[in-house]
Amino acid sequence: MTRAPRLLDDAGPAAPPRKNGELVFDHVWEGRLFGLTMALHESGLFAWDEFRTRLIGEISAWERRHPQGEGYRYYERWLAAFEGLVIDKGLCGDGELSTRFQDLLARPPGHDH
Amino acid sequence: MSRDGEEEHGHEHSENELRAEALETLLTEKGLVSSEAIDSIIRLFEEDIGPMNGAQVVARAWTDEGFRRRLLADANSAIGELDLTTMLEAPLVVVANEPSVHNVVVCTLCSCYPSGLLGISPAWYKDPSYRSRIVREPRRVLSEMGLDIEPSTEVRVWDSSAEVRYMVLPARPPGSAGWDVERLAKLVTRDSMIGTGRPRDASAVESGK
Repeated sequence: MTRAPRLLDDAGPAAPPRKNGELVFDHVWEGRLFGLTMALHESGLFAWDEFRTRLIGEISAWERRHPQGEGYRYYERWLAAFEGLVIDKGLCGDGELSTRFQDLLARPPGHDH
Repeated sequence: MSRDGEEEHGHEHSENELRAEALETLLTEKGLVSSEAIDSIIRLFEEDIGPMNGAQVVARAWTDEGFRRRLLADANSAIGELDLTTMLEAPLVVVANEPSVHNVVVCTLCSCYPSGLLGISPAWYKDPSYRSRIVREPRRVLSEMGLDIEPSTEVRVWDSSAEVRYMVLPARPPGSAGWDVERLAKLVTRDSMIGTGRPRDASAVESGK
């Protein structure tokens, strides 16, 4: 299980936030998305570099749109990169993702996970 | 690992969170990935890396009575004695389990958590159900989580906040006499420091590493 973190960049724009060498997740969904991405990669459905290239692309596109750099969220870029990857790979349809998102949005509050 | 106290009160589901959930539910429904695989990767960070600092603190308290006393009196300065690469961003209070007292930690308002010691908080810690029920019916919630508390043992629930965080010092498991700190730390689980579980049995670690 230690192989997964070795995929991650230590430096540069694609390197995830770390504190004292450990990954930093500000929200639970970030950790789950991280786990989902790693798990799907371990299933052999994409090469890590395919994801990494997209992540770098998402980050630099965001930086072009936000030259001041305010409001940057690493895992938001990760999310955009991962969505693009699964759609382009045909693992998930664009339409069904939007539908599921709307369904989750309409869910009554206070539900159990 | 994560910043302390950053989860906004009452802010339950952001757009990002729902987009991530949409991906996870669809990909698991299609059988492309399993929840177990995702959980095991997350556990690697929560269980194996995250709570290492907390485990060091607990193991030290188990072996050093002077440290234990200082830890319970002033946790921040006692932990400052240890060579840990962590930052405690809020005052910490460590509460010790005794035969007559079991302690459990919650944050009823949001998800305040001593992440410098315990890593990222587990999803259930943020769950509205845990946050409300552990206060009202702690024995029942603990029992549902697999931890039965003797009727004669008092259960104390500690409500974390941005001003003060809590960590439980669990009781040292039997069969671990004479163990050094490094070996003892392997017995300490994340849940035992939240108060929703016990440390591992000594027999689970005894036979080598």
